[in-house]
Amino acid sequence: MDKQMTATEVVAQLEDGMTIGIGGWGPRRKPMALVREILRSDLKDLTLVSYGGADVGMLAAAGKVKKLVFAFVSLDFIPLEPYFRIARQSGSIEVMEIDEGMMLLGLRAAAWGLPFIPTEVGLGTDIVTKNPDIKVIDSPYDDKEWVAMPALKLDASLIHADRADARGVCQIAGPDQYMDDWFARAADKTFVSCDELVDTEFFHDPAEARLVHWERAATSGVVHIPGGAHPTSCTPLYGFDVPHFKAYVASAKDEAGLQGYLDQFLGATEADYQANVGGIDAIRSIELPTY
Amino acid sequence: MTAATDYTLAELCIVAASQAFENDGEVLATGIGVIPRLAASLAMKTTNPDLMMTDSEAWMLSEPNPLGKRPAEFVPATESWMGFSRIFDNVWSGKRHAMLGPTQIDRYGQSNTSALGGTYDAPKVMMLGARGFPGNSISHPNSFFVPSHNTRVFMDGECDFVSSIGYNPERLPKGHSLDDIDIRLVITDLCVMDFGGPDHQIRLVSLHPGVTVDQVQENTAYPVHVDEDVPTTAAPTQAQLDVIAALDPHNQRAAQIKDNPPGDRG
Repeated sequence: MDKQMTATEVVAQLEDGMTIGIGGWGPRRKPMALVREILRSDLKDLTLVSYGGADVGMLAAAGKVKKLVFAFVSLDFIPLEPYFRIARQSGSIEVMEIDEGMMLLGLRAAAWGLPFIPTEVGLGTDIVTKNPDIKVIDSPYDDKEWVAMPALKLDASLIHADRADARGVCQIAGPDQYMDDWFARAADKTFVSCDELVDTEFFHDPAEARLVHWERAATSGVVHIPGGAHPTSCTPLYGFDVPHFKAYVASAKDEAGLQGYLDQFLGATEADYQANVGGIDAIRSIELPTY
Repeated sequence: MTAATDYTLAELCIVAASQAFENDGEVLATGIGVIPRLAASLAMKTTNPDLMMTDSEAWMLSEPNPLGKRPAEFVPATESWMGFSRIFDNVWSGKRHAMLGPTQIDRYGQSNTSALGGTYDAPKVMMLGARGFPGNSISHPNSFFVPSHNTRVFMDGECDFVSSIGYNPERLPKGHSLDDIDIRLVITDLCVMDFGGPDHQIRLVSLHPGVTVDQVQENTAYPVHVDEDVPTTAAPTQAQLDVIAALDPHNQRAAQIKDNPPGDRG
């Protein structure tokens, strides 16, 4: 089965009002080329589930987001995400604010077909008072109460991987797959952009296959987009683009806001975008971050 | 070991904060931010070599990494993988002690990292979000570092958004006891505190050199329990300062407290 498609074909499979999971973590290995394709589309009223960074900020500022399920939105080295803050402070998005680990449990529940997973996480905090949809329940086995973290069922997930083959075997070669395997399993459809498209034989080396974190049946579509995580990192291929993020953050203080940033960089296609940020060689030469 | 005479307030705080990890045994010490990370690293290098530590990315280390850019030939002392999903396996096992810097800490030891002021639907100031604070606070011990001790941080009333559970009887979950909650040390630029006062009231543990009890109380919007004899926070030893300097070769610690004051302000 050949699952290759274009970013435009991915977005054509998304609909207004869908719940969409976005892989990666903060400024790390986000499927930004697919996010940009949504920015070029007329999709709207999305519910996003994300360990958020500029993916959330951009989509919120562009008016694509109805509701956000989040534990944080941050660019790490720039702790506060400016457009997320504007969206929250203006009350323009609904939110379901949860703990980082609760998000993992919600994705696992969805992946496993469970209505919820019990946890003590959230008890005693505003997670349980500000979220009427998160129930606290009695246990059949002890006298304590527990948070019933509901399944976070996703209509679609968007993920960026280092490598994939045409059948949807995806490799994350960086040090952390984050929760991307759970985003893939929690979604009806998972679309993966990849820096490199490889032959299936590539995975015959067990050391390479060891870095495949979900089975190909959980991958619906593969889009070959070298540099597709820019300006986020795709360790070990490239780091995050610090000057670009600084320009993005600065744009939030300009009158034109995100539109000014988009006018400068987005372009009509990913090729336009990459030309506007210096090309694939420049992206691939961005130094890896030191933590 | 004799105390050094020439040290900064940041270094005093690192040494004071490292004591939080001294008797932890074999747990993951997570210090978020320069001073907490150096405090955990100092403890691992000196008082508690059994501590576990990550590289703040995805690996466990048997030796803490120095902060900032490291030479090309540097080889981290990796001992296992520790990606984010596995962190939660550790958090929920309780074998961890985190030291973090929330924006608000109320009289109950509840903290806020998310929404400030306004309404929850449209806060006046939005910060990071709840992050891992809810899970940390109910799963394992936690300490706090506050670089600027004032009444905006140690504020009147309850936190605008409660990210982490504290000693508030009104919010205590069914079947739990306040003693299940384990807030350890609160290290600030003025003093060290804990929640060991009557009924888990915040309590002064030690005053940094040159700081008075009145200064601490004036900068805390709720009553601080003060025992009769409050010791002075111990000055770093030269050996501790040497370890800190090796862990922080770019002197990032100098940028953590406003104007990088000396440790003794007497």
